Amino acid sequence: MSGEPVLEIKNLNVDYGLGDQAVRAVRDVNLTLHRGEVLGLAGESGSGKSTLAYGLTRLLAPPGVITGGEVIYHPENAEPYDVLGLDDRGLRKFRWAETAIVFQGAMNSLNPVHKISTQLNDVLEAHEPKMSAHSRTARAREMLKLVGISPDRMDAYPHQLSGGMRQRVMIGMALILQPQVVIMDEPTTALDVVMQRQILGQLIELRERLGFSVIFITHDLSLLVEFSNRIAIMYGGRIVEEAQATALYRDSLHPYSAGLLGSFPALRGARRELTGIPGSPPDLKGMPTGCSFHPRCPKAFDPCAGNIPVLGNPDTPDGSARTVACWLHPVKQPVA
Amino acid sequence: MRYLLQRILFYVFTAWAAITINFFIPRMIPGDPVKSLLARFQGQMSTDAIDSLYVLFGLDKDASIWSQYLDYWKQLFHGDLGLSFTAFPASVSQVISDALPWTVALVGITTIISFLLGTGLGVLAGWRRGSWIDGLLPTTTFLSSVPYFWLGLLAIYLLAGPDSFFPSSGGYEPGLVPAWDQYFIPSAIQHSLLPALTILISSVSGWILSMRNMMVTVAAEDYITVAHAKGLSERRVALGYAARNALLPNVSGFALSLGFIVGGTLLVEIVFSYPGLGFLLFRAVGAKDYPLMQGIFLVITISVLVANLIADIAYLMLDPRTRKEG
Repeated sequence: MSGEPVLEIKNLNVDYGLGDQAVRAVRDVNLTLHRGEVLGLAGESGSGKSTLAYGLTRLLAPPGVITGGEVIYHPENAEPYDVLGLDDRGLRKFRWAETAIVFQGAMNSLNPVHKISTQLNDVLEAHEPKMSAHSRTARAREMLKLVGISPDRMDAYPHQLSGGMRQRVMIGMALILQPQVVIMDEPTTALDVVMQRQILGQLIELRERLGFSVIFITHDLSLLVEFSNRIAIMYGGRIVEEAQATALYRDSLHPYSAGLLGSFPALRGARRELTGIPGSPPDLKGMPTGCSFHPRCPKAFDPCAGNIPVLGNPDTPDGSARTVACWLHPVKQPVA
Repeated sequence: MRYLLQRILFYVFTAWAAITINFFIPRMIPGDPVKSLLARFQGQMSTDAIDSLYVLFGLDKDASIWSQYLDYWKQLFHGDLGLSFTAFPASVSQVISDALPWTVALVGITTIISFLLGTGLGVLAGWRRGSWIDGLLPTTTFLSSVPYFWLGLLAIYLLAGPDSFFPSSGGYEPGLVPAWDQYFIPSAIQHSLLPALTILISSVSGWILSMRNMMVTVAAEDYITVAHAKGLSERRVALGYAARNALLPNVSGFALSLGFIVGGTLLVEIVFSYPGLGFLLFRAVGAKDYPLMQGIFLVITISVLVANLIADIAYLMLDPRTRKEG
């Protein structure tokens, strides 16, 4: 699984607003997505996970600004390049063809006045202008079939489809150019639980078949434990812990991860009390000093309030495969 | 299709109601046309002449309202709107069809230009917020809040005059005969410039503002972000995704304003003494010319209803969500 990288995020910083009014929503984030893996990104609302996703695809709406960092994309058979340095034309070519996104608003992601076929066709027209109209239609039908929608729904309008079908169409649309990376920003939030599992199961199946990598953003850690290879936990705009899904589930190091895991019932094993996390997410305008989690942390001690812990490999047996930013776990080697 | 049929039935009913009301209103106004004609001749008429006027206008018979109503419908179906009292002996249909082209040409063309121009600018302003068009908005909004007849008076005062290029009144040079020739057409255009400009200035900002605001609202929709993420060209996103959705309220507004073209911008026509339908209505009311008033009201009513129907059809074509299955 831990093959070559396909997307490397280096020291990414994203602000909302400019100058004195600016609020930093993503702080010094380092994250690597490897070829073929599912990377889960979890955290409470306002932890910066969606902002991170919008930032690395440069879809931030004003006043969001990327204030620093690099997003290195490794194409399959070409030299890697920095997505943040692309010009408008390069960016348009990069979008969807290399990195596609499935957004959280399943109901509003499709343009209400155009047919499904038109919206699928739009992508092909923009990215593969030489393709004939006939093969475009064939490709669109094929994609719909792939996500389990009868191709005779091609001429349907979005309002004629259910929420689940719309999100399937979006997934089909995301895969139509066979991108290397698919970002899923809470793709199943607007759907019921049964539909959630169906769609995610299908997605994992498709991933095995087509071999793309996934960044899966959600606040539902239980979903991630089940569906992802690796999980990164965000808090207050920073990554506070990153580990293999199973390692994080069995033995989380950061008290915040433990808190998130304690907020939902376990699927198996003994019954336990749900704890949740006291307090509320930090105000980005007035971040606590030191570790931003310390006011809510049950295990906070002396250094927490004064110094920001760095993200790095902890001094544990599996320490080289995971990172954490917490004073409880002295860092052997910080992440660059 | 069933939806459209329902709408058409509704409009037929509305038309019947409007025509009926149209029949009753003038009959409730006190006074009668012969008396007002008398007043115009300052009583210098013999009793015989007065009697024959009553006979001529059909006011001598003591017909019941009901039989008058039936006659009214009968005539209507023959396209006979009666004789005009003031333009006697011309028929109402004749008088109206003389005035109608002027109004339709002046107000119609300006309404279309205003809609296209305003919507186009609105798309630009909404898509590129903070551009020069946004700077234009306060001015156009100010101008649109000025009553347009006053704007017209101002235009006449400042721009028109004996030596000016712009004539201050009328639809064409007095002495010319209306015809499609090289003397009449340029003169008609020259006379229409000032009123057209007045209407344009006062109406364009409404289109800009509503289109801009819809663009801003639509630009925040998820499917616009998706369209960007899909790597579509800026043009395709702006026109095919944003403007296409933002256009819907403006289109129904436009179809409705088509209905009011025929009513004319009454005050502009009065200010410029423009030989259109609005001016005609103004004179008809002043002269208690029932048949003419009824005729004009009828034309206005029907055109408003037709415009509503057009708005419904346009919406059906533009917004798939209003179409019912089957």
